Amino acid sequence: MSTAALSGSALPGAKTPLGRFRTGTVGGLARAISSNRKATAGLVILVVFCFLAAFPGVVAHDNPHAEIFAPALGPSAAHLLGTDAYGQDLFAQLIYSTRESLLIALVAGLLATVLSVIVGVTAAYIGGLVDNVLSLVTDIFLVIPAFPLIVVIAAYSKNGGDPILIAVLVVTGWSYGARQLRVQALSIRDRDFLVAARLRGERRWRVIVSEMLPTMTSLIVAIFLGTTLYAIVAAAGLQFVGLGNPDTLSWGTMLYWAQNNEALQAGSPLWAIMPGVCIAMLGAAFALLNYAFDEVSNPALRPVRRRRK
Amino acid sequence: MTEAEKRPQDGASNLVRADPVLEARGLTRHFRIGGLRGHTLHAVDDLDMVIAEREIVALVGESGSGKSTVARLLAMVYRPTSGEILFRGRPVSSIRGRRRVLAYRGQVPMVFQDPFSSLNPAHTIGYALVRGLKLHRPELDRRQRQAEAERVLAVAGLVPPAFIMSKYPYELSGGQRQRVGFAAALSYRPKLILADEPVSMLDVSIRIGLLNVMARLREEEKVSLLYITHDIASARYLSDRILVMYAGHLVEQGPTDDVLHNPVHPYTRLLLSAVPDPRAEMSVTSADVGEPPRVIDPGEGCRFRWRCPLATDVCAEVTPRLRSASPDHEAACHVTVPGSVPRVVAGTGR
Amino acid sequence: MTPAESRVILEVSDLCVDYASSSGTAKAVDQVSFELSEGEFLAVVGESGCGKSTLLFAIARLLSPPAEVSGGKVVFSGQNMVAMSDKALRALRWRDLSVVMQSAMNALNPVSSIRAQFFDAMKAHGESDPKVARARSQEVLSMVGIDPVHLASYAHQLSGGMRQRAMIAMALLFSPELILMDEPTSALDVVAQRSLMVQIKQLQAELGFAIIFVTHDMSLVSHFSDRVAVMYAGQVVETRPTRSLFDNPLHPYTRGLLDSFPSVYGPKVLVEGIPGSPPDLTDLPVGCNFSPRCPRATERCSAGEPALCEFDDALVRCVLYEGGTAGGD
Repeated sequence: MSTAALSGSALPGAKTPLGRFRTGTVGGLARAISSNRKATAGLVILVVFCFLAAFPGVVAHDNPHAEIFAPALGPSAAHLLGTDAYGQDLFAQLIYSTRESLLIALVAGLLATVLSVIVGVTAAYIGGLVDNVLSLVTDIFLVIPAFPLIVVIAAYSKNGGDPILIAVLVVTGWSYGARQLRVQALSIRDRDFLVAARLRGERRWRVIVSEMLPTMTSLIVAIFLGTTLYAIVAAAGLQFVGLGNPDTLSWGTMLYWAQNNEALQAGSPLWAIMPGVCIAMLGAAFALLNYAFDEVSNPALRPVRRRRK
Repeated sequence: MTEAEKRPQDGASNLVRADPVLEARGLTRHFRIGGLRGHTLHAVDDLDMVIAEREIVALVGESGSGKSTVARLLAMVYRPTSGEILFRGRPVSSIRGRRRVLAYRGQVPMVFQDPFSSLNPAHTIGYALVRGLKLHRPELDRRQRQAEAERVLAVAGLVPPAFIMSKYPYELSGGQRQRVGFAAALSYRPKLILADEPVSMLDVSIRIGLLNVMARLREEEKVSLLYITHDIASARYLSDRILVMYAGHLVEQGPTDDVLHNPVHPYTRLLLSAVPDPRAEMSVTSADVGEPPRVIDPGEGCRFRWRCPLATDVCAEVTPRLRSASPDHEAACHVTVPGSVPRVVAGTGR
Repeated sequence: MTPAESRVILEVSDLCVDYASSSGTAKAVDQVSFELSEGEFLAVVGESGCGKSTLLFAIARLLSPPAEVSGGKVVFSGQNMVAMSDKALRALRWRDLSVVMQSAMNALNPVSSIRAQFFDAMKAHGESDPKVARARSQEVLSMVGIDPVHLASYAHQLSGGMRQRAMIAMALLFSPELILMDEPTSALDVVAQRSLMVQIKQLQAELGFAIIFVTHDMSLVSHFSDRVAVMYAGQVVETRPTRSLFDNPLHPYTRGLLDSFPSVYGPKVLVEGIPGSPPDLTDLPVGCNFSPRCPRATERCSAGEPALCEFDDALVRCVLYEGGTAGGD
C-alpha cells in the first residue's frame, strides 16, 4: 500500500506481506494450534485416533477376528456395541479398524499431495509447452468421474486389495491440489526473490525445490489435509462397494459386511452406524485442522477478539 | 564522515572512459502485447551508454521510461531485441553456457527495489549469502565463506554480522533488508552493481543510510554502480553522471551537476521544475499534468513532442539523436541542441 | 496566507487510538491535539508507523478492529464525532467532510463507470435526482481539469493522475468544509504530483475548504501547506507554520527528517539521516519516544514524557523547549 513501506516493525507483530510462512520453531506452531479452538479440537480427535490405531489392544480387549460370541447381540457391558452376524465383537472391530482406515487415508493423501506438488509447481515454473501439457492432463483427471472409473477398475481387479484402493484414490484425488498449487506458484514466480535466486545462479530445479516450495508450505499442508479428508471418505465409499479386500479390517469393510448382512433391518444397527460415525469424526478432525491452518497462516481470517477494558 | 566519503567532485572528470566496464550500443527491447492486434511496446529504443570503472551513474526517469528494462537487459534477464551490450569490451550476447553466464552474473549483479519481496521469507539471511558464495566463489571453503558473508554484511552496515546471519527477513527492517541485498551483490566481487530503485520503498530517514552505503561501495570496494531512480535529489547526492530517459529513449546525459544546473532537453527542464526542494522557492510550474509516455507503436519522431512547448514539425518526423550540447553533455533534441541538424531519414516520408 | 482570525472548524483533543495485537496494545495515536481553521491546509507528515494515517481514519471514524479510538474528542461543526451515532455520521459524511484515499486504483470500483460511482455517492448522501447529480458530476470533473466526457469512462481507462483527480472530484461533490487526504499523490510521478498539488491548492482557493493532508514526503508539501504537524511513534512532536518549520526545525526529529532530503541545488554535503529505527509501539521507551535515536538526548529525556509546549510560533514536544525557552543542557 504505502510506497514508503517501512523502516521498522513499528506495529506490533508486523509481518511481511508474505507472512503466511511462519518460520521458526515448532514451539510457534504448537502455540498457534493451542490458541485456536478449531485446531485444538481437530488435533485432539486426530491424536485419539492415532492412539487407537497404534494401540488398539489397550481399549478393546477382545480379538476382533474371533467369531466366538453369540451373533447379533445388542449392546451390553460385555460387548459395548454388541456383536455382528458372525459373532464378532463390534467394538473390537471398530477399534482395530482404525489402523487400516487411517493408514489408507494418510498414504493416499500423502502420495496424492506429492503428485500435486510435482505437477502443479513444475507446470507453473517451466511454463510454455510443458505448462500446457501438464495443465491439460490435470484438467482431464479433474473431470474424470471417480466412481465410474472405479467400477471399471473393480471389474478388472477384484480383490486387488489395498494397493489398488490407494492407487484409485491417488489418481482421482491429485488433480484438484495440482490446480491450486499451479495458481499459487504462478503468482509467486516473478517475485523478486525468485528472480534473484535465478540471477544468483541457482539451477531451475533448485529454485523450485529450495526457494519456491518452502514458501508454499501452508498451501501444501492445506492440500494434504484436504486430500486426506477426501481419501477417508472416498476409501470408505470404495470399500463399501467392494473394491479393496473385504477381509481386511477397516471401517469401510465393516460397512460392506454390514450391508451384506442387512444390519439395519436385522437388528444390529450399530454395525452400520458406528463405522460411519468414525469416518465422519476422522474427517471432521482433518477438516478442523484445515480451517485452523488457514487461519494460522492467514491472519486476516482470524476471529477478532476484542480486549475488554 | 571522512574526506574519502565526501563526494569526489574532481574524480568524475578524470575517470577513464577508454576502458569502460560496461557499454551499451543501440540497445533496444520491444515487447509484443495485445493478442490479435499485436502491438509492440517499445520499452527501450536505441540506447547508448557507457559506465566507467568506479563510476556511479544515475539513470533517471519516470514510470514507463524504460529504466527498469535497461537494468534487466544489463543483468541478462531479458535478451535485447537489437543492439548490443559490451562488458569489458566483450559482447554479452556471446556469453553462453552456464558457467560463463554465471560468471557474468557475478560481475554484474542486481539489487532489487522491494525490500519485502527481494529476500526469500523461508530462509535465513545467512543461507542466501552462503548460497551465493558457493555458486560464485567456489574457491572458498566453508569457514572462508562464513567470514566473507560476515565481512560484506559489515560493509553494508549490518552489525553484528553473525547475529544478522541467523535472522529471517521478517525480523529485519526494510532498510536492513536492502542492505542485505547490497551485501549479497558485493560478495560476488562485482565490477558493476545494478541498483534498481533500491531506496524508493524505504522511509526517508533510512534512505540516506543506504545511499551512503552505495557511496562507500564505490570508494572502498572499487565497484561501479548504476543507480536507477525517479528521485532527482538522491541521484544528485550520489552520482557522478546522470542519464535521463523518457519513453524508452535516452534524452540527456552528462555530469550530474552540469545536467541539473544547465538542463538542455525540455523534458529534463520539466522534470527539474517539478521536483520539490523545500529550501528553495517554488519554481514556476508548467501546465503539464504528467501524461504517461507513449511507448506503444510510437513510430518515428520525438516521443516527448506531445508535451513539449518547443515542438516543431521536424520533431514529428525525425527521431532526435543524442548530440553534444557542451563538452561531455549531450541531449537528443532538435530544437535546444545548438547546431543539431536533423537528418531526414530516407524513406520515412511523413 | 494563514487564515489568522478564521473560525476553528475542527478541534482534536487528546485523541488516542489503540491497536490490539497479540503482543500487547499499541498506542497507534497517543494524545494528539490540534485545531484546524476554516480554509487551512494542514500537512501531517511522518514516516511509516508514526500513526498519521491512523489519525486520519480516526477523525473520519473509519477505523475497524483491532484499531479503536480509546480516548479523546474530535469536535467538528460543534459535534463530537467520536461519540456520534452512525446515522449522525452519515449525515455529516461527504456533505461536510470527505476523504480522498491513497490509491485511486484501490478506491475506485473497477467495474463501474465514473458516472455510476459519482451517482452512487450522491445518492448515498441524499441527492437522488439524476439531473442534479449529472450536472454536479460534470461540474466537479471540470473543476479538477478532467473533460466531463470521462464520466462514461472506467477507472482503468484513465491515467494515474486523472484517477486521483477523479477521486478529488468525488470528494468535492457536496462542497464539504473539510477534506481529508491520505497520501493522494504517492502513486504518481513527479510531474503529475506537482500538477496535482497545484490543482488542489487552486481548488482550495476557489472553494475555501480546509485540508488535512497526510504524507511521508515533507518536501512535497513545503510550498503548499499553511501548517505542518510532524508525527513520530503516535505522537505529534512539532506543529508549526510551514515556512518556520522548514527554515528552522525545532524538534531534533524534524531536523533529522529535513536533513534526510538531500538538496538538488544547494551545496553537496554528506548527510547522515537518523540512525536506528522507530520503536515498537507495544514497547515504547521510557520517557521521550525519540530519545534512543536523538543526537541531543540527555538524562532528562528518559525521566518523563515531555508534553507539547508552546515555543515561538510552534508547539513542540521536547525537553529542550520546555517552559517556552530553548534549553541547551
